[in-house]
Amino acid sequence: MKPIITAKDLCLWYGQSQALKNIDIDIPECSITALIGPSGCGKSTFLKTLNRMNDLIPGVKITGTVKYNGTDIFAQDVNLLRKEVGMVFQKPNPFPMSIYDNVAYGPRTHGIRSKARLDEIVEQSLKDTAIWDEVKDRLKKNALGLSGGQQQRLCIARALAVQPQVLLMDEPTSALDPISTLKIEELASKLKEKYTIVIVTHNMQQALRISDRTAFFLLGELVEYGDTDQIFSNPADQRTNDYVTGRFG
Amino acid sequence: MISNRRKLFLWTVRGLMSLATSLTGLLTLFLVGYVLIRGIPNVSWELLSTSPSYLSDRIGILPDILNTIYIIIATLVIVLPLGVGAAVYLTEYASNKRIVGIIEYAAEALSGIPSIIYGLVGMLIFSNNMGTCLMAGALTLVIMNLPVIMRNTQESLKTVPQAYREGAFGLGAGKWRVIRTVVLPGCVDGVVTGCILSVGRILGESAALLFTAGFAHVANGFIEGLSSAGATLTVALYVYAKEQGEFEVAFAIAAILMILSLLINLSATMVTKKFQRRNQ
Repeated sequence: MKPIITAKDLCLWYGQSQALKNIDIDIPECSITALIGPSGCGKSTFLKTLNRMNDLIPGVKITGTVKYNGTDIFAQDVNLLRKEVGMVFQKPNPFPMSIYDNVAYGPRTHGIRSKARLDEIVEQSLKDTAIWDEVKDRLKKNALGLSGGQQQRLCIARALAVQPQVLLMDEPTSALDPISTLKIEELASKLKEKYTIVIVTHNMQQALRISDRTAFFLLGELVEYGDTDQIFSNPADQRTNDYVTGRFG
Repeated sequence: MISNRRKLFLWTVRGLMSLATSLTGLLTLFLVGYVLIRGIPNVSWELLSTSPSYLSDRIGILPDILNTIYIIIATLVIVLPLGVGAAVYLTEYASNKRIVGIIEYAAEALSGIPSIIYGLVGMLIFSNNMGTCLMAGALTLVIMNLPVIMRNTQESLKTVPQAYREGAFGLGAGKWRVIRTVVLPGCVDGVVTGCILSVGRILGESAALLFTAGFAHVANGFIEGLSSAGATLTVALYVYAKEQGEFEVAFAIAAILMILSLLINLSATMVTKKFQRRNQ
């Protein structure tokens, strides 16, 4: 498969401490790539580099290259990059406005004004995230009234509404109950037909269930990257083996 | 087993504290009651709706009411954009945290300065250049209330969850759009509370206005009013009581001011409660 994101020799520092060390990775299109590793290993930092959310943190220094569809992400307009590479956060973070306005926020940001077009996008995004039937009668109600799992699916719908190519998910189910978690996983497996998904997870069962490729991070290094089946059944590196068999982390 | 001496001691402490509490309560009640009882009988429609006239030996406080309203409007119109703008800049844009800290500290200090000093400075800067007029008073009040609006807005901006900002940035929104659509709507409560507190301060201010806005009791339109000298209700209260010995009028004004400030406190509390409920 053709890679949609390519990182070469990527290093990142928070002030003096180095959080990412010489990361080389190709992320294939229309697949799910899981990033695993113990807390503080750099997987979230790497994920946030892909749509430059790290720009918001003062004192971050980055070297090396990251290419999205062949263009350097640090050389292009950050807002256009984030339109292409969307993000879903660890804790559901719907805006304190109506369900409709939440989903329409992105398209409005990128200049869509027509009511009919917005209606269409909102409906399609909510259907894509399988939440349409639950909320179609209360689109004008405040999104904060939804349950945690519904809020997270709404946030995914909100991210899809700007028609990104890539969806970054930062432990999207860690704040959710098991049923909501399964719904999000099923959704992710369905979404990979159209989108490339990169997901950070602490739950190795989750990585095994849904991902095609898995990358194991440790202390800022990318230790091993390969097909999920291989990483979990026959890892090449001893440290990967110890981690996926639960010996540390 | 507690000894009798210990019991006596505890009982005395408790007694003294309840005495202090009842004294405080009684004093407040006495003050409010006294002003209202002496003032309200003197409040008449004629007093509220006419201007003073030496020919017919009549005192009316309509000009003072109008002046108060004008000065509140003029002050808020200027102080709101300044205060909210400064708060947004300090919280959302400024990157040097030390300078932000210094400015915040200065703003806190500014609100503790006796108002008569603002009056003195306002007189030198504004009145000496534009004449003694309501506008000079309003500009002085702007300086006084800037910290109130700024600090309230800032505190409220800090309570807008970072997750909202991240969510909006993550969708490709630019800085200004994030502020306009996600951050500012989340801090309306702080702005409203700041406004109400400012109105309370303006209503109660006399020292700074004695220097800058003057004492005249002439009913004017808004623009004309701002460019001429005029007394607000508090200043009028001082003038009638101290210089003309008109205590009935003074107490009538006092009663009106008392009721207004009670209403303002009440509405500030209600607004805060309402927004707290909404945020939960």
